[in-house]
Amino acid sequence: MKILVAVKRVVDYNVKVRPNSDGSNVELTNVKMSVNPFCEIAVEEAVRLKEKGIATEIIVVTIGTGRSQEQLRSCLALGADRAILVETDQAVEPLGVAKCLKAICDEENPDIVLMGKQAIDGDNNQTGQMLASLLGYAQGTFASEVDVVQGSVAVTREIDGGLQTLSLKLPAVITTDLRLNEPRYASLPNIMKAKQKPLVTTTTEALGVDITPRTQLLSVEPPAQRQAGIMVADVSQLIDKLKNEAKVIS
Amino acid sequence: MSILVVAEHNNQQLNSATLNAISAATQIGDTIDMIIAGKDCQTVAEQASNVTSVSKVFVADNACYDHFLAENMAPLIADMATGYTHILATATTTAKNIMPRVAALLDVQAISDISEVISEDTFKRPIYAGNLIAKVQSMDAVKVLTIRGTSFDAISAQGGSASIEALDQVHDLAISSFVSDQLAQSDRPELTAANIVISGGRGMASGDNFDLLYRIADKLGAAVGASRAAVDAEFVPNDMQVGQTGKIVAPDLYIAVGISGAIQHLAGMKESKVIVAINKDEEAPIFSVADYGLAEDLFTALPELESKLS
Repeated sequence: MKILVAVKRVVDYNVKVRPNSDGSNVELTNVKMSVNPFCEIAVEEAVRLKEKGIATEIIVVTIGTGRSQEQLRSCLALGADRAILVETDQAVEPLGVAKCLKAICDEENPDIVLMGKQAIDGDNNQTGQMLASLLGYAQGTFASEVDVVQGSVAVTREIDGGLQTLSLKLPAVITTDLRLNEPRYASLPNIMKAKQKPLVTTTTEALGVDITPRTQLLSVEPPAQRQAGIMVADVSQLIDKLKNEAKVIS
Repeated sequence: MSILVVAEHNNQQLNSATLNAISAATQIGDTIDMIIAGKDCQTVAEQASNVTSVSKVFVADNACYDHFLAENMAPLIADMATGYTHILATATTTAKNIMPRVAALLDVQAISDISEVISEDTFKRPIYAGNLIAKVQSMDAVKVLTIRGTSFDAISAQGGSASIEALDQVHDLAISSFVSDQLAQSDRPELTAANIVISGGRGMASGDNFDLLYRIADKLGAAVGASRAAVDAEFVPNDMQVGQTGKIVAPDLYIAVGISGAIQHLAGMKESKVIVAINKDEEAPIFSVADYGLAEDLFTALPELESKLS
């Protein structure tokens, strides 16, 4: 079984982001970049499926600038077999990413596409669903458990009311939630080995995909700040404040 | 402007989250219709027809829409998109699952989790876990949108008189099927709809200790939530998680107990009207957003709070 994992290079989750000087975008100069944490979970799940003998090959794909090679190498060090970079200097929206991934799926014919449920930069939570739509595949979003059985996959999903389990015919797209697994760290020998693994570069033109943006980012601003309030001395004072000052309990 | 709102329901009851979507729709345009897809969902259609501002309610009642499978729901909604300028839903997990699939069928770049309507094509939305707010303009002919429920007041569920029209489209792709669900059963109010929410974090130390919160919640008529740390530690199930990747809440009163205040948690609750933090660590970041802070051990503060609440 072939698994394709789509990943994204994003601002590291520890970085405190801010708008750039003219407020036209997010400040990305000299900021640490990493693999999107949800994507790491997707890579880990693929590697576990390979360790269980279910998956035979793991292909990791990203769409981005040449610098995204760093993130692809990280994924190869975690256990992916080969990598594809769709190189572009343009900011690509989820729909454009889904179209690129569809073109790659048309060539590679994976049985399962694994990806993070959202990237921690745009927080769109769209690409997996869009890809499944374009391919006409079943989708298992926000997965907390993945169980491959003959010709299908059972996906347990984190939904508002609790958990839901669906059975999907293969091929299918699965997007990962936080509790699916805990990703491993790459070992030094695996980081060295990853440098020898195949990484091919292609372009949106070569794939025949139109990634013209459909939306325009007009501005980026910090959210309204909340004023810090007061410290109360004890529980009695707290109850008094809530009853008589804030009037939120009776 | 004509707007089609995708209703959320459980085949018996219209989810109140839909009322927030209608409210957002009224800021965009005047003609608002609703689509309800499900199985044996006629009572939902009747409820929907009473909602203020809704002109027409479309109902697709078929077994293939029973569990709101995205594979079957998306082509139905995309089919109905003709003639509408906006397709809109509240960003629940159901809508997040379905709406991007609709957008791709329509070749549209969807816009997720809108917190403010600037104009019919320009919207504000949180990015980077709510650390920044982006203003984006859509250039697509049809806008496919999800809205953040807490950012829009619910419209009245009464006072409307929409007509109801049955749809006979059946989109059964038969590539996915429902197996089971494990839904939390609780007599307490639903997290995203509650007026008061009390949440516990890693400081609760165990799932059993959440009883301290449940007892206070029952006195206040509150819902109980949790931080990601408490969910990851398996103190409580995932559906209780408040935060950027969990539920977004904005109650009148939010009480954070033993929660340090990671940015991901703050993103899910900082729109609350009044925030109380109880944490023994005076330096915890949660105090910087709290209206009332109490630096005390929760294991002494909670029993005292319970006994002193009438």
